[in-house]
Amino acid sequence: MTTLAPPAVRVSEPTVTGGGRGGGLIWMTVPALLIFTAFGVVPLLGVLALSFTTWNNVGPIQPSGLDSWTTVLTDPDLPHALWVTFLIMGLSWLVQTPISVLLGVFLAAHKRYRGFLAVLYFIPLLLSSAAIAITYKALLDPNFGIGNGLGIPLLNQDWLGDSTLAVGVVVFIVSWQYIPFHTLIYQGAVRSIPHSMYEASLIDGAGRIRQFFSITLPQLRYTIVTSSTLMVVGSLTLFDLIYVLTAGGPGDATRALALEMYRTGFQANLMGPASAIAVILVLVGLGLSQLLRRLGGRGDESQQEGA
Amino acid sequence: MISRAMSRRHLLGLGVGAGAAAALAACGSSGPSGQSGAGGDAVADYWSLSGPPGEPARRAALDRFNAANPDTKISSIFLKNDAFKQKIKTSIGAGEAPVLIWGWGGGTLKSYVEAGQVDDLTDWFNQNAAVKDKLFPTSFGAATVNGKIYAMPHETVQPILLYWNKKVFDDVGVQPPQSWGDILDLVPKFNAKNIAPFALGGQSRWTNMMWLELLLDRTAGSEVFDRVFAGEANAWSDPAVLDMLTKVQQLIDANGFVNGFSSITADSNADQALLYTGKAAMMVHGSWSYGIQEEQGGDFVKNDGLGYMNFPPVDGGKGDPSNQVGNPGHYLSINAKATPEQKEVAKKFFSTTLIDAEEPKAWIQSGNVPIIKGSDSMYEANPKGEFLKFVYDTSVNAKVFAQSWDQALSPTAAETLLDNIAKLFQKQISPQQWIDNMNAVIGK
Repeated sequence: MTTLAPPAVRVSEPTVTGGGRGGGLIWMTVPALLIFTAFGVVPLLGVLALSFTTWNNVGPIQPSGLDSWTTVLTDPDLPHALWVTFLIMGLSWLVQTPISVLLGVFLAAHKRYRGFLAVLYFIPLLLSSAAIAITYKALLDPNFGIGNGLGIPLLNQDWLGDSTLAVGVVVFIVSWQYIPFHTLIYQGAVRSIPHSMYEASLIDGAGRIRQFFSITLPQLRYTIVTSSTLMVVGSLTLFDLIYVLTAGGPGDATRALALEMYRTGFQANLMGPASAIAVILVLVGLGLSQLLRRLGGRGDESQQEGA
Repeated sequence: MISRAMSRRHLLGLGVGAGAAAALAACGSSGPSGQSGAGGDAVADYWSLSGPPGEPARRAALDRFNAANPDTKISSIFLKNDAFKQKIKTSIGAGEAPVLIWGWGGGTLKSYVEAGQVDDLTDWFNQNAAVKDKLFPTSFGAATVNGKIYAMPHETVQPILLYWNKKVFDDVGVQPPQSWGDILDLVPKFNAKNIAPFALGGQSRWTNMMWLELLLDRTAGSEVFDRVFAGEANAWSDPAVLDMLTKVQQLIDANGFVNGFSSITADSNADQALLYTGKAAMMVHGSWSYGIQEEQGGDFVKNDGLGYMNFPPVDGGKGDPSNQVGNPGHYLSINAKATPEQKEVAKKFFSTTLIDAEEPKAWIQSGNVPIIKGSDSMYEANPKGEFLKFVYDTSVNAKVFAQSWDQALSPTAAETLLDNIAKLFQKQISPQQWIDNMNAVIGK
């Protein structure tokens, strides 16, 4: 009898107090919803509407049907910008994820010197992207930069003037800036793995490496999905760093989608096509985060069965 | 802590910006308003660029006008270059622009004209021939759209010159180039001594463009670009253009430009630094470069280290070597939405203060050449007198003083131009692809 009682209570509880508590909960979402509508949905609809018009920033806005879309979709700059965006995204994911996971695991242990290192690692995250870009630009200057200053010829490359190197530099700086953030996420996740799992594996004779691959990494699955989503969406909208560092150059070697959008809208004064690019950017972002969610599983099964 | 302080300041900035925007929107809802800005009793308003050398001279002009016309004052707002460009564009689009619209003329002015945002001043200039006669005739080209004048030329003329480091030339034992052939001969000599032949801030793109402008003019004269400007189909297909582009790529291949030029920006003056530190021997740059070298180069200019000349002719080229490109002036237009009273104030500002005896003095003081005829008599007392006289003479004697391409073309075509120039210098596209890409945006 007593075993049947709890379900009955659980079922009836929401219906009895549901009106009052549910209403309270919905009320709590109102501020966020208002802000999201005002600064997220409305501008988005505005951009969508603008993408079906012709506007040069100065004259009147004229509806022009699918003109902007055909312009953008037939422009060879679009596939190039998409390619650059995905290249930077993929490379920075490949660089950031392993380093962040390893650093996160390393910093998760409660040792004082590691706490000190954690503070040091955190510093790049405190700096603004524009400041980082200006600093690196000065360091990498081919004539007045660090290579010449220290007299090390190896450092004296045409870092931002060579198409391949420039992409590499962007990936490096993005990683340098955001690894601390992702390390922090992994550190927290590793600390929440139940200690009993490691103790059990120790009894079974597992070494540290076996523990890492059989316990830590599987347990970090959802964290990897979260961190990857942040990385992917973050590099989609990456603008400030590249704009200050290379302005999309040399040529168009680092001109990612966000820069292409800015260039079209604010430099070439083509607001219609720029809005179309913005819509593409939103769609790609939504698609990618949805894909990552699918890859990470539905998230309703427990990872710590039996722990 | 650093981050928090910065983000708070940033938020504060955003807040102030939003407040200012709201204030502007509130008082500008019925077109241009005299009440915005600092001067509460101002009738008309004026926005322009902040910072020396221009801002002090601009403020002085407005102060003179306001002192002489206490009942019809002009208020002013000064903004940084990029902020100004963005704000003026947005405010014109929103119908909230100031009475006096400051700019560089050319393609941007044309887009204002096509949107009906600025007044036709042709009749006014005909009635006030004395005003027109005071100014360089070459300055009116960029103020003219479809044969009508839409802006008052004012401020300064800025041609593009070839600068060289005299000490470097002495060390290597060579003479400044007298022709394109000389330039190509000089390149290996400097490279052999590990000195870059030419400094170039290639990331800024317009810096590369100056080379194309001058080379095309020297090879084929100003007519080729005139046809592009007029919107003639396939105007870039002129064989002279292919010839010019090939020459540019030849110079790139011969390592004529400093190592890593495509990552150097002109805004940071790193290209100027290459010249005055002797890491580069020559540089093609606007006349404003002189002031930068003087200010930042230590004793470089004072000790007569900087040489300057007009860009040399190309062997067998058709262009007149006296021709110039650059900024033939700066421009003030009158907002078409302003009230008749405001327009009168603006015109009074044009016909009195902008051509009075004090106006050229302020600009000469800042090391610039005003576009007012006869101001060369004031150079002698100036320490930069010799350079100013040179700029004045080159500008006045130029058979054609063409406007820089990116200013002359519409913003849309200009962006395509700069993009393709950057790709050409990076050798991502061939000269023929450059021509095809540019032909596609003619008249746009």
